[in-house]
Amino acid sequence: MIKKTIQKIFFIYLVIITNASALIEIDITEGNREPLPIAVTNFFYAEDAIKDIDQISIDVSKVISADLERSGLFKSIDQEAFIQKTASMHIRPRHEDWRLINAQALVTGELEVDNDKLRVEFRLWDTFAEKEIEALVLITTIDNWRRISHMIADKIYERLTGEEGYFDTRILYVSENGPKNNRIKKLAIMDQDSFNHRYLTSGKELVLTPRFNPVKQEITYLSYFKNLPRVYLLDIQTGIQEVVGDFPGMTFAPRFSPDGEKIIMSLARDGNSDIYVMDIKSRVVERLTDSPAIDTSPSYSPDGKKITFNSDRGGSQQIYVMDNKGRNQTRISRGTGNYATPVWSPRGDLIAFTKNFQGRYFIGVMRTDGTGERLLTENWYQEAPSWSSNGRVLIFYRETKADDTGKGHSSSLWSIDLTGFNERKIETPEDASDPSWSRLIQ
Amino acid sequence: MQLTIQYYRNFITIIAATFILAACATTPPETSSSGSSASSSSSTVSLVQDGVYVGDETIEMLAVDVPDRVFFAYDSYTLTSAAQSTLSKQAKWLKANPSVTISVEGHADERGTREYNLALGDRRANAAKDYLMSQGISSNRVTTISYGKERPVKSGSNDTAWAQNRRSVTVRTN
Repeated sequence: MIKKTIQKIFFIYLVIITNASALIEIDITEGNREPLPIAVTNFFYAEDAIKDIDQISIDVSKVISADLERSGLFKSIDQEAFIQKTASMHIRPRHEDWRLINAQALVTGELEVDNDKLRVEFRLWDTFAEKEIEALVLITTIDNWRRISHMIADKIYERLTGEEGYFDTRILYVSENGPKNNRIKKLAIMDQDSFNHRYLTSGKELVLTPRFNPVKQEITYLSYFKNLPRVYLLDIQTGIQEVVGDFPGMTFAPRFSPDGEKIIMSLARDGNSDIYVMDIKSRVVERLTDSPAIDTSPSYSPDGKKITFNSDRGGSQQIYVMDNKGRNQTRISRGTGNYATPVWSPRGDLIAFTKNFQGRYFIGVMRTDGTGERLLTENWYQEAPSWSSNGRVLIFYRETKADDTGKGHSSSLWSIDLTGFNERKIETPEDASDPSWSRLIQ
Repeated sequence: MQLTIQYYRNFITIIAATFILAACATTPPETSSSGSSASSSSSTVSLVQDGVYVGDETIEMLAVDVPDRVFFAYDSYTLTSAAQSTLSKQAKWLKANPSVTISVEGHADERGTREYNLALGDRRANAAKDYLMSQGISSNRVTTISYGKERPVKSGSNDTAWAQNRRSVTVRTN
């Protein structure tokens, strides 16, 4: 299904006019700044195009606005306030009209239908410099308008922040329902804005900790199929799943290497958990740690040269770093409390983690040598951060405390900026945990 | 950015102070048997001692006077003397019934990351299995499985429920 969708897309990037001079810019390293006011207009279209073109026009603009607003860096101006409303704005906006309603940036667009293809042209304007600063034409099938909208939002984000966007991405997670002592868990996947939701497993088997392959339409996760907890691979185009390797015990906590060719995971044997890596094609297995402690939650650096992991070898759970052959195992977490689930940033400069201190749970980041620890959010229970493709946002899950009978418990996905601001709940049809955020869709 | 760091430093200081002053009971591990663990139990006597559940509410019997489970302290897989006594009874029963095979399930409470708790459950199951083996039970009669924190027996978020969930359970497989 996904493969079909991808095949249906024809990217045609035509940069119409792009002025090189840097004009409006957002510094996203600075937290808590005022969001940039942006006017996203409904895209124009020829009246006789197709039946639903009026709705697509409105929806494209809505998806773009919602993406930009969710980043916390933009404020979308209410369309009711717009002064200029004619199609001419796409060619020649009256910048003074847009400045008057305080729009610093303006998005205009045009939709055209040719047979079953939708041609979407958009332009981004700096209303103060009175210049077009970005323009793009995308051609796709009509039912693919949602992805096109995310790609446009990515382009706007990129042009105004100088960083790659992260809107044309998906979230893989575990959907949960039922009482705590008999929870039904299913793998689910959806767009980053919660649309196009679907389940990947039926709920018959307990499934945990799914993770995206960074380069393929493939995931790895833990399944209790036949009551044997093992790491599995699932091709999400074909639906074919297979157990990973032939190990004499529970395999768990899987993650792909950055090239998508290997799976790194823990193997529990006779009460001891160590870290192993398996090459998917050759099935060659390498043992990376050999300590009597719990070694788990491994995560590769983006260059594949290093691995961060969780171990209690020093008496409490801490974060360690080693090279990809298991050499030079060094503790990096230094604060008081327990540290877990280290995840290397796709930019390479930071490691996100879960911290437990005095019975409270924190999501934080530290440099890869353990310095510069920063706690972003604190709560009764939360864990399992996963990075956005540009390394600017973290997604994680949070649970609420139950009363003595188990009532009041819930589990949901949240995101927060690296700055510690812009914390948001991510909508899911049921309770949710164990999120994994994809790279930009190829 | 600087503000954020400062904010959390202050915040942690405040939490720490709260704990010292109020001796709040929610923080595992429980370090003493006094009072704190009973806060959420209906009983006036604490059923959690040194972090280990000492009641019998959830226990089922494999046979007469052969309890099916043992309990652990927070983040621990050490067998208490009570746990050893239960496992000795299981071993005796297994010797008397040589055709019986078993699975030992290891479980953790909800306070800890999912992946770490899978490993912890495995440790607990194997601690129980090792004890059975030390009592002369053949390892080929015993399998282990960890459920981590996925299958709590109690759904509450309180010290007693957590202590009841930190367990290994022996289950017949034939």
